[in-house]
Amino acid sequence: MQIVFLLEQVVNGLVLGGYYLLIALGLSLIFSLGGIVNLSHGAFYALGAYLFVELLPALGFAPAALISPILVACVGIAFERFILRRFYREDPILGLLVTFGLALLAEQAIRMIWGGAPLLASLPQSVKGSVIIGDFLFSRYRLLMLGVVALILLGLWLLLHRTSFGRVIRAGIQQPDMVAALGIRLQPYMTAIVMLGVGLAALGGALFAPITIVHPAMGEEIITIAFVVVIIGGLGSFWGVVAAALLIGVVRGVTIHFYPSAGEASMYVLMFLILLLRPRGLLGEPIEKFEK
Amino acid sequence: MKHFSKSNSLGNGGASNLLTRRSLLKTGAGAAAFSAIGFPNVLRAQSGPILIGHLTPLTGFLGVMGEWASLGAQLAAEEINEAGGLLGRKVEIQTEDSINPENAATKAQRMIERDKKDLLLGEISSASTLAISQVAERNKKLFIATGPRSDVLRGESCNRYMFCTDLPNTVNVNVVGESLKREGMVDGKKFFTLTADYVFGHDLLAAAERFFAENNANLVGNELIATDVTDFSPFILKIRQAQPDVVCLNLAGNQVPNFCKQYSEFGLPYPTVGFGFNTVDGWAAGPGNITGTWPAVWYHTLDVEGSQEFVARFKKRFDDKTPENHAWIDYIAMKIMAQAVTETQSLDNEELVDYLESEAEFDVLKARKAYFRDWDHQLIQEAYTVTARPAADVDNVLNLMELGAAVPGPDQALTVIFPNEAQNPCSL
Repeated sequence: MQIVFLLEQVVNGLVLGGYYLLIALGLSLIFSLGGIVNLSHGAFYALGAYLFVELLPALGFAPAALISPILVACVGIAFERFILRRFYREDPILGLLVTFGLALLAEQAIRMIWGGAPLLASLPQSVKGSVIIGDFLFSRYRLLMLGVVALILLGLWLLLHRTSFGRVIRAGIQQPDMVAALGIRLQPYMTAIVMLGVGLAALGGALFAPITIVHPAMGEEIITIAFVVVIIGGLGSFWGVVAAALLIGVVRGVTIHFYPSAGEASMYVLMFLILLLRPRGLLGEPIEKFEK
Repeated sequence: MKHFSKSNSLGNGGASNLLTRRSLLKTGAGAAAFSAIGFPNVLRAQSGPILIGHLTPLTGFLGVMGEWASLGAQLAAEEINEAGGLLGRKVEIQTEDSINPENAATKAQRMIERDKKDLLLGEISSASTLAISQVAERNKKLFIATGPRSDVLRGESCNRYMFCTDLPNTVNVNVVGESLKREGMVDGKKFFTLTADYVFGHDLLAAAERFFAENNANLVGNELIATDVTDFSPFILKIRQAQPDVVCLNLAGNQVPNFCKQYSEFGLPYPTVGFGFNTVDGWAAGPGNITGTWPAVWYHTLDVEGSQEFVARFKKRFDDKTPENHAWIDYIAMKIMAQAVTETQSLDNEELVDYLESEAEFDVLKARKAYFRDWDHQLIQEAYTVTARPAADVDNVLNLMELGAAVPGPDQALTVIFPNEAQNPCSL
């Protein structure tokens, strides 16, 4: 029976990893293409959750979960145009400091607009409850969430690998100067990537809002995990981030099975070990601009 | 109310016999130096406002509660000032985020040394309270610990300068436990507990284990949960694996609503109860997500005139916000402090401590007045249970919980629910 319990934690960890993926993918893309460590990524996750809660009574669950990330993606245009764009060619520490300041500013802005007390968002009754598949228990809602993540993952992979847009992005990540020499301006692509990245973070916030508390510091809670995923996965690697997110979910679940109080620490131990053995992360590729 | 007698300022009786010409000269020289250097400062301090250092978590997993605490303290300070202040001086409160125990201790030291705060008050985290109380003891500074519940603070870690206003863990366990016993949910039942992994949770678990052992209940599993956990799904799977009769929560801060929402999401059939609750936990979790019976030190529906007047004043002052229990507790702690200063006509911390130890009674906006016990500095007061209403009966989150009758009953001594001297190792 012990092995069944352990496998149940493994499968549950994969589901949770899918959720981490939503936040980490955008972070990885913005870093890979723009070279900016976006410490304000968590603020977009929080904003997605708050807008979802605002829209929920008027629109219902699914439309609110769809429109909230779109609105945040629009905020992302201004974020890229007026802030990030100034720092692509600057010392990376500047981008890091600016986005850190922005994260603090965003948290206070949320506090001023919505107050410090948590906002209330509940799951619709129709998606509450569990299903038992084999010996495993799954939350219906999390299965739904996993389906959404799988669709997004597929869409994103097709976008990056089967379209001309994706070819420019991938080339831009590896050799931006060569892309520029071919007469292609990367800035519009960067705007699109930032929209996509912060939109995915906002979708994560909207989907998690009904099962966690929505409060001003929620962005701060998720950003560390997202960074750990990106670092373990390796820069510039789509599948690296996917593998890292799932691996972290599984390692956390298995650790909690054997040694519950170390559950949160397990991902940092994993990061330490992977960086020790493979400093570029699981599937990280050498990127010219970061190799100098 | 016991008679209050001021402390003897010659605590080292007989010291005067040791006066020599040399020591007299030293004292004279010291006094001259003091008058030349220090006295103008004292004069300034006595004419300026009374400074209250208020430490409470404003960020992290207890941050939401700290915000309510700061509003309660602020309202009390405003009311005291509107009524003419204390000793003819205004009261000025400075609230700061205590963040964690190390930070709390550093800020407390700074408030005492550099900012010259007259008194310290606040805190919710038991771990941070422990750190502040050690600073207060070293500096002989009065500290009213408003929100922490750990038994340790009133037990082996008690000290002369710290007074605790919230209900200790053992009381919360006993109050809810009695209610569960009446419902037949204890005898022979299997309990599974989830415990916040820091001093408050450990302490609460110890109290719960004592209760289970004394009442023929079995603890079939316990999980220690780090304070930064937001996803409880692995723990929910472990609950299912253990198949208990009752799931019992020894969680803290944001852990409570996060767990309740996710437990409701999974829809497991085992009923939940909790040994630690704050009103904001219920507001954040929402109807249908929070179930069962919980302890309460105060609830905004308490049908006592003073309490309802406080709720009305709070709502009027803060944009129709209903006060949470931490708003109430920091409010009454400020009023207790004000009463102590007024009665002693002094800011001398030794005199204030003696007054609070005198078992003077305080109006804490409950049916019965409260007092600090002289041997462990615990505020002895009524406690309550709150029980979650079914989601269908809740039209407003403010009506989420139903307040039970005060415990102990009106014909019983207030002390019956508190650990006695044999059970509590406090030595002041």
